Amino acid sequence: MPEKTEKQIVFDKVKDTPPLAVSLYTMDYNKTGSWRNVRPVIDYEKCTGCMTCWKFCPEPAIDAEKYEEDGKEKYKPVIDYEYCKGCGICWVECPVEGAIYTEEEGE
Amino acid sequence: MKLTIPEEEIMGHGHLACQGCGGALAMRYTLKTLGRNTVLSVPACCWSVIDGPFPHSAVNIPVFHTAFEAAASTASGIKAGFEIQGKDVNVVAWAGDGGTYDIGIQALSGAAERNDDILYICYDNEAYMNTGVQRSGSTPLKAWTTTTPVAHPKDRPKKDLISIMAAHRMPYIATASVAYPEDLTEKLEKAKSIKGTRFLLIFSPCPPGWRADPKNTVKLARLAVETKVFNLLEIENGLDWRITKKIRKPKPVIEYLKLQGRFRHLTEDDVSLIQENVEKEWNILMNKVGE
Repeated sequence: MPEKTEKQIVFDKVKDTPPLAVSLYTMDYNKTGSWRNVRPVIDYEKCTGCMTCWKFCPEPAIDAEKYEEDGKEKYKPVIDYEYCKGCGICWVECPVEGAIYTEEEGE
Repeated sequence: MKLTIPEEEIMGHGHLACQGCGGALAMRYTLKTLGRNTVLSVPACCWSVIDGPFPHSAVNIPVFHTAFEAAASTASGIKAGFEIQGKDVNVVAWAGDGGTYDIGIQALSGAAERNDDILYICYDNEAYMNTGVQRSGSTPLKAWTTTTPVAHPKDRPKKDLISIMAAHRMPYIATASVAYPEDLTEKLEKAKSIKGTRFLLIFSPCPPGWRADPKNTVKLARLAVETKVFNLLEIENGLDWRITKKIRKPKPVIEYLKLQGRFRHLTEDDVSLIQENVEKEWNILMNKVGE
């Protein structure tokens, strides 16, 4: 399978297209972060690392970052603003009050 | 804390789904569980657009785009090809509710009757969302769509596809919701281990089509289960019915309806009619479960 790439492929002429309809590249060139009106922000002081936001992100634009603390493996959610469409599911589903808050985009 | 669903992301970002898409969430969970040794057969549905324009693809596994009525028969053919080659690959037919309830039902019925070794997954958003919210066999009673406008909302209840599939006596049938990913991944693991035709119905809210707020996608999927509008169950060999998520205190159906613009025109009589219908369907289901 193709490696992760941010290249967009455009065929100029019909003869440039491959003889078989195969997908060659991922959709990473499509920076869906530009769709966003409202930006979710994680307050790491309140975040407990339950990863509910990561679980319900349909993009997926929340990465589960692994780190070690007191010899235990833990996870931390990190929002990828290049791809976050700002649907707000993480904000509604977060079980800790105030751990995820929203800002108007562009502020 | 430990992660409750598999960590690896196979579905990539940058796909063309709307904000808060339930179908994209369903695909993410499915690929996480089934792994990279999977091939998809996708008919005309939202996912034939979400995947991206040729030669790009958001899912990072082979996808075969096929005609609207042919998801199950294409998957049967792909599976037969792999069997001849001696390869063990999960072949998945991934269709929306239009391609399952209405247009694709003959191919699905044929595959189930032959007991072809495929997994058929229907992500149910209750209308033809991709072409602009037209009524389908899955659209619930009294719902607004562009072909059932407010003056004439849908007068027929949702088709009971699960009973139709159970009548085929196929090895495994299950329903799941995007609000319960642990339950969904468990059912997918089980379906993966069984040979023969397996059918999975995933309830996936559609914010633009349901005229709902994108942030409420998961909330709506959860409320549908909590109000008994959509029940989580599994059926083995078409006869052994089992409820996997028991709801002790069901919420009134109005809590689910009021979050959606497609039900905004409902009168109090309409709401009590829907509530009655939900109770009736629940009793029919209880008779089958035998409780």
